[in-house]
Amino acid sequence: MRNKTTVILLLVCIALLAFTANNYFLITQNDVTLKIPKGFPKPYYKFKNNTLSPEVFVLGRKLFYDPILSKDSTISCASCHQRIAAFAHFDHPLSHGINGLIGKRNVPALQNLIWQDTYMWDGGVNNLEVQPINPLTNPVEMNESLEHVIEKLRLNEMYAAEFKIAFNDTAITSERILKALAQFTGLMISADSRYDRYIDGKDTFSTSEKNGLALFRKKCASCHEEPLFTDNSYRNNGLKPDPSLNDKGRGAITGLEFDEYKFKVPSLRNIERSYPYMHDGRFRKLKDVLDHYSSPGNFAPNTAREMYEIGKLSEPDKKDIIAFLLTLTDNTFLYDRRFIDPFMQ
Amino acid sequence: MKIIVTTILSMATLLVAMSFTGKPTGEGKLTIAFDHYVDDKVLQFDSVLYKNELGQSFTVTKFKYYIGNICLKKTTGNKETTDYYLINEEEPATKTISVGNIPEGEYTGIEFILGVDSIHNCSGAQSGALDPVNAMFWAWNTGYIFLKLEGKSPVSKSPGNIFEFHIGGYKQPNNCIRTVSLNFERPLIISTSAIRELHLKVNVAEILKTPTSIDLSTLSSVTDFHNATTIADNYMDMFSVLSIKQ
Repeated sequence: MRNKTTVILLLVCIALLAFTANNYFLITQNDVTLKIPKGFPKPYYKFKNNTLSPEVFVLGRKLFYDPILSKDSTISCASCHQRIAAFAHFDHPLSHGINGLIGKRNVPALQNLIWQDTYMWDGGVNNLEVQPINPLTNPVEMNESLEHVIEKLRLNEMYAAEFKIAFNDTAITSERILKALAQFTGLMISADSRYDRYIDGKDTFSTSEKNGLALFRKKCASCHEEPLFTDNSYRNNGLKPDPSLNDKGRGAITGLEFDEYKFKVPSLRNIERSYPYMHDGRFRKLKDVLDHYSSPGNFAPNTAREMYEIGKLSEPDKKDIIAFLLTLTDNTFLYDRRFIDPFMQ
Repeated sequence: MKIIVTTILSMATLLVAMSFTGKPTGEGKLTIAFDHYVDDKVLQFDSVLYKNELGQSFTVTKFKYYIGNICLKKTTGNKETTDYYLINEEEPATKTISVGNIPEGEYTGIEFILGVDSIHNCSGAQSGALDPVNAMFWAWNTGYIFLKLEGKSPVSKSPGNIFEFHIGGYKQPNNCIRTVSLNFERPLIISTSAIRELHLKVNVAEILKTPTSIDLSTLSSVTDFHNATTIADNYMDMFSVLSIKQ
């Protein structure tokens, strides 16, 4: 009798666990409701003609994590945009593609994308929805074509069903693929770091962190503007161009000599996780970055005026700035169940 | 009592029905055919050798372009559309487009852009003619390719003697959107009774001349903003009115 009760209790427990686990990963309307964090400006991407829905978001997430998007089905968006690395490429200076090919730029972290007016290090992409076409078709990344992806998805029973659920009709088009991806990446919002809570009066900073913030505001914030920690501009930050890459950055987009070797000012949120740093991933540590910034003698020609205003940073100053930068790690975002690989759930 | 109710109901039904069918004025339909030529010869791919102004021979292997914002001009009230069309020599069905719901009247000319306006270059994922699967889209520097002309010329120094002009760009100073404005010799009369047919001549040879004569031995590839506006200034005048059937 006692054994029987134990077995029944155990079964009830397992069922309950399974039920809550299922519910844990369930995406609800509330999960896909756009909430603009306190103090954030109006976003550039407003999900216009792309109404947020749990079904489309879930489809976008599946596509993001599925290597079916690459030519030989080996690489997904998440291969290079890894959650453990704040959706950058963990410990990789340059992006990797299919067949072991190497790209020419560092994978940027993904967060607060709807507040960017352009995408990529050179700002060549003008709308979040069309950004994925780049990695998808780049020969050293996924080396695929939109037509072929559509064909593969049409032949895949799971996707045939998912598109039907998401869009209420079976058509699989590039527009739907891209809009679903934009729902998933557009909702990646990081605004709950210790810094955010400190600003909101809900957390405290150590003396070092406080000093770091003060120094940051004096020396870094003219480009890395709060609360997004970027002003969305392009600047030459003094790095001498790597002759093996000869990457002209913004200049290759506008064709203006004035823009050569300028790159988009990246956000610094979650920077603890997104190393290595700079557009070509040449620095492994935040300290390396600050060492560069405080050595104006080593700057390349045409370095931005703001860079010279940083001046010499003392070692304790660097330590404090780094202490502050580590407060930008947002575990609420990095461990958000909505962004976890659906194939692992 | 019952009769009154029935009468009122049937009158209301009749009124509603009338309001759906009754149009203030009649509307007609126009088809526009884009007839591709190289000077006075009908364009043929691959096999036929043509000559540019400099006497350089060439063949054509690809010819496609975007047309949009069509406006039919009338002294009182133009007919404007916001649709885009991808005209592709390879797909004959795309070479004739149709514009409906044109108010009756006498139209004196047509205006449209060759290209895609800046709003549609910044609108993200789109479908139909503007679907990026049509291979008329630059991903790395977002924007539509407005016109693709590809072919071969023995003088070209590109691999395989090919030449390729992929022209796009909606931002200054590399804006390649061109407005084409054509007047009709005699008015085009739109009425509800018949579908009118407008034939436009599209002269591929014009892409290689006026104002700039293109030397295929020195310029065989334009695939970004370099030299793009030169070609755009050339393609601007490749259209003319061939005939109007009414």
